[in-house]
Amino acid sequence: MIPASFDYQRASSVDEAIGLLSGAGEDAKLLAGGHSLLPLMKLRLASPSLLVDIAGIQELSYVRQSGDHLAIGSLTRHADLSRSEAALHEAPLLAHVAGQIGDPQVRHRGTIGGSIAHGDPASDLPAACLALNASFVVASPRGERNIAAADFFRGFLETELASDEVLVEIIVPTAAGAGWSFQKFNRRAQDWAIVGVAAVSNGSTRIGLVNMGPTPVRAIGVEQALGQGASVTEAAQHASDGLDPPADLNASPEYRRHLATVLVGRALEEAAQKKA
Amino acid sequence: MKVSLTVNGTARSDDVEPRLLLVQYLREVVGLTGTNIGCDTSSCGACTIHVDGESVKSCTMLAVQAEGASITTIEGLASNGDMHPMQEAFRTHHGLQCGYCTPGMVMAATSLLAENASPTEAEVREGLEGNLCRCTGYHNIVKAVLAAAES
Repeated sequence: MIPASFDYQRASSVDEAIGLLSGAGEDAKLLAGGHSLLPLMKLRLASPSLLVDIAGIQELSYVRQSGDHLAIGSLTRHADLSRSEAALHEAPLLAHVAGQIGDPQVRHRGTIGGSIAHGDPASDLPAACLALNASFVVASPRGERNIAAADFFRGFLETELASDEVLVEIIVPTAAGAGWSFQKFNRRAQDWAIVGVAAVSNGSTRIGLVNMGPTPVRAIGVEQALGQGASVTEAAQHASDGLDPPADLNASPEYRRHLATVLVGRALEEAAQKKA
Repeated sequence: MKVSLTVNGTARSDDVEPRLLLVQYLREVVGLTGTNIGCDTSSCGACTIHVDGESVKSCTMLAVQAEGASITTIEGLASNGDMHPMQEAFRTHHGLQCGYCTPGMVMAATSLLAENASPTEAEVREGLEGNLCRCTGYHNIVKAVLAAAES
């Protein structure tokens, strides 16, 4: 399968990328690892007029601790994030989730920024970012702004990013010692999760869900039930409260609701066991 | 658009369309047809090659993204006519049936050992999760990779 024709430009800095995006139309796209975008282009579900390749911007690939948070460059590849000592220690859920994405070949190319900017409800990292209360730093001709993960995902494959904005950094509050769990249910090892659950328990509990709606979503019903003193079993019954899970070849909405309840229960139990 | 890269140790520079996939570039421009196209949707791993020493599915990368990279294909593994130890191990342990997945399997397996020189059986199976064998010859493939790790 061959993508439709497009123009291709390489940016060697964030400023250059912003400049190229600003000068292009609405349908220009950034290209990082390309493992979300290129499959869509090959299926002709996306046909951008211009690809701005930012993969060569070396300074956007890093994981470092900075005070009370972990700062992750948006071009950090899944393989590097999964092995990062700083991530393994300060945000082990994120390192673990990065190591579960796709397969080794995908993790050698895919980047955290690409996964988040793509905003796919079936992706694992956006749900993990919701559970970790992460925020995203984006740069544009108007300067930088910080968007909370909870406000970032707007619709199916739609995010808060404007057409001239570049996601440059992911900020994750450090949570060494917090309880955490990631439950990914799929048929084959490399597949997308049919349903996934990321949970972080650190005083209060936050839960992000994979493939339970048109966007990456939080299990607000479970979080509230836990806050009101519900048991794990009781709280898990609220896993799909207010949510509208999709139907596809793998699962009906009813099956996804069932999976969400079971997996939220497992995630809460594992997170409680892991809590230091 | 000009792309300059190294393929199996040889520097090349070619004029390509930006939408040319790396696997097509390798097969149709460079003429190295050992890298197979399987599913063409980054699922099956038949098109696995190494980009700067790491396994990548070449159906999900544009040739222009390989600018400046060092590419290794299945044709680049043998040296001076001697098969790579992984290729030897696949032959010894009958790690192939129809052979279609084999170039990708071998490239994924060599990348796996580069990251983890002595994997457990479970780590080999997990490390090859991105490569499908429709003959379901996994058992001997895993045996071959473990044997190559030992040698």
